[in-house]
Amino acid sequence: MEQQRDASSLGMWLFLATEIMFFGGMFCAYLIYRLWYFPEFAAASNSLDITLGTVNTAVLICSSLTVVLAVHAAQIGKRQAQVIYLALTLVLGLAFLGIKAVEWTSKFREHHIPGTSFHFEGEIPGHPGQPVDQQHAQIFFSLYFAMTGMHALHMIIGVGIFSYLLYYAWRGRYTPEYHTPLENSGLYWHFVDIVWIYLFPLLYLIDRKK
Amino acid sequence: MATTAVTAERDNYLNQEYGIKTWLLTIDHKRIALLYLLSITFFFFIGGFFALLIRLELLTPAGDLVQADTYNKLFTMHGQVMVFFFLIPSIPAVLGNFLVPLMIGAKDLAFPRINLLSWYLYIIAGVLMLHCMLTGGVDTGWTFYTPFSTAFSNTKVIEAGLAIFISGFSSILTGLNFVVTIHRMRAPGMTWNRLPLFIWAHYATSIIQLLGTPVIAVTLVLVVLERALHLGIFDPTRGGDPLLFQHLFWFYSHPAVYIMILPAMGVVTEIVPCFSRKRIFGYQFVAMSSIGIAVLGFLVWAHHMFVAGISLYAALIFSALSYLVAVPSAIKVFNWTATMYKGSITFSTPMLYAFGFIGLFTMGGLTGLFLAALGIDVHVTDTYFVIAHFHYIMVGGAVMGYLGGMHFWWPKISGRMYPESLGRLAALIVFLGFNLTFFPQFILGYLGMPRRYWQYPPEFQVLNVLSTAGSTILAVGYLLPMVYFLWSMRYGKIAPANPWAASGLEWKTSSPPPTFNFDHPAVVDWEAYDYENIPAPEIPAPPISAEEARIAR
Repeated sequence: MEQQRDASSLGMWLFLATEIMFFGGMFCAYLIYRLWYFPEFAAASNSLDITLGTVNTAVLICSSLTVVLAVHAAQIGKRQAQVIYLALTLVLGLAFLGIKAVEWTSKFREHHIPGTSFHFEGEIPGHPGQPVDQQHAQIFFSLYFAMTGMHALHMIIGVGIFSYLLYYAWRGRYTPEYHTPLENSGLYWHFVDIVWIYLFPLLYLIDRKK
Repeated sequence: MATTAVTAERDNYLNQEYGIKTWLLTIDHKRIALLYLLSITFFFFIGGFFALLIRLELLTPAGDLVQADTYNKLFTMHGQVMVFFFLIPSIPAVLGNFLVPLMIGAKDLAFPRINLLSWYLYIIAGVLMLHCMLTGGVDTGWTFYTPFSTAFSNTKVIEAGLAIFISGFSSILTGLNFVVTIHRMRAPGMTWNRLPLFIWAHYATSIIQLLGTPVIAVTLVLVVLERALHLGIFDPTRGGDPLLFQHLFWFYSHPAVYIMILPAMGVVTEIVPCFSRKRIFGYQFVAMSSIGIAVLGFLVWAHHMFVAGISLYAALIFSALSYLVAVPSAIKVFNWTATMYKGSITFSTPMLYAFGFIGLFTMGGLTGLFLAALGIDVHVTDTYFVIAHFHYIMVGGAVMGYLGGMHFWWPKISGRMYPESLGRLAALIVFLGFNLTFFPQFILGYLGMPRRYWQYPPEFQVLNVLSTAGSTILAVGYLLPMVYFLWSMRYGKIAPANPWAASGLEWKTSSPPPTFNFDHPAVVDWEAYDYENIPAPEIPAPPISAEEARIAR
């Protein structure tokens, strides 16, 4: 069993390494375009709702805490605590997705979704009169939606995984001797959280003056 | 000895359960390997079919067999099918899946159900790709360069991209399985330095699969999004940069070629010591060179972009690194040669393929150095020189390694011997056909014939005709093994556990192995390739005719 636990843990860490490479491609594209089109990136970033972004960050950090507490509860054999913390994780995860949906809807209303009806009206911070290149701004939003969309997809998968875990935790499957699925899913959830920790400053906090 | 007088066949993984469901829902790595064998053979036919059409068109200088757009689809789909659905899975998914647990003394891979999932993902991807091909195909080249693929092509780019994305998942999961298995499931006494070099090669391959494939996955996602939503990430008329696509694409696709060649090198490293009756020369060097190729292979991608518009300084650095990455490959060639020196050589079929590999891979590799030289590359890039170069490595190298491995381990996989003289004949046909097909292409490229053109100046016709003639011979060489392997399943000599008197744990269990691989768990206290302690096999009996086989039964 020890060998199986080690093996599945190594497997999850390797999978997370692949995920780093996966998101890395988009971070690479972001890096290049931010260097080239900094003014428009700053303007577009300032148009994102920083309150909602910050709330979402706090939500995810708390959800990582509840995941850790759920794993700990399993380690000390407390079934009810496991269930409560897993349920809280799910609630927080769904809250994150809900807030994301709100943000994206407002982006739609502001015509910030790339495509034929894209039109960006924002201002470059520190240079109020400077004309904003629409194409450059659109690149920011293309990357914004690609990156947060891919992240949200991983959150949805995480929500699915944790629903599964919640059901089986409630059935009493996870004990101090066997809670490997909780640990490994926890690793996955923490990873998705960390990706957001990188996304938030890179997307929301470019050249924020306030 | 009575070759087919077997009363009760021992329990093995083939006869343990019957029925299609026991195959489609198996978690036995050996059965999954055979599932992969069938599927990749199927895709090899598809890719080969496109190749034959290409060569038919190129028999004449005029574009008279197909239209230009169709020709674009032919070379695109030849490339995509061969790279993603044949070469990348071939050795790891068939021979790797079958042998990795056996070679390290394990009962199965670390994650048997994920192994089956890998196969299903491959099948789903394959079906999607087939559907894409049957409903119009793709014409962007297997390289999907933007903005043609994202904005201008009228073909099924999104579907092809998604198919390759899903097949990438299959590749990643196989790699993950291998790495965890090799780390955590070795038998007692099987230290890292006692591992067969086939395992080291697959370990290095799996690292590349894990780290590289996600990058092309995300690149294809961006291409699909860009095409579907009219974004501008790769489109210069919308603020984007086509070179960004090329960098992202080649960051995976260069290491991908090492995914295709490293396993074949691992196969050759198993065959050469066995048929030289000598331990491998320089075990540590060969093991570390596999890791070296994996690491350095990630640092050279922009040698595919020397004329794309990168800066001269970047080109210089990538050129130097590309020279560096040839070193570990050369180390292997030297070690194989040194192994054979003063060895007792048997020219069995696997050994013929290994010889073919060593010669042809060396030629392909050396021409890679020609291409890494900036001055030469400017002239021969996007010509048939490049095509010849990579076919020497991928066909002359990887496919020969695959065939050699299939012959070497066929007794273990099927419990039967293939007919040895037919095997040698087929190897010879493959070698001759291959050289006739691809050597003229070096000359064509050097003389200036561009790649991906469906018509060409008349002065190139003779060489093209030679190349097409060679391809038909090559096709015969490939068909022969398929026929006699099938034949051998029913009429072949029953194979003993170790027909080649080879070293390695896989030879210490029966042919075919039982479902859980070893009747008695292995404990290893000997070094790898200890051929001085293994007596050579007896001279094999001459092949028996079908008549004799039937009488004996």
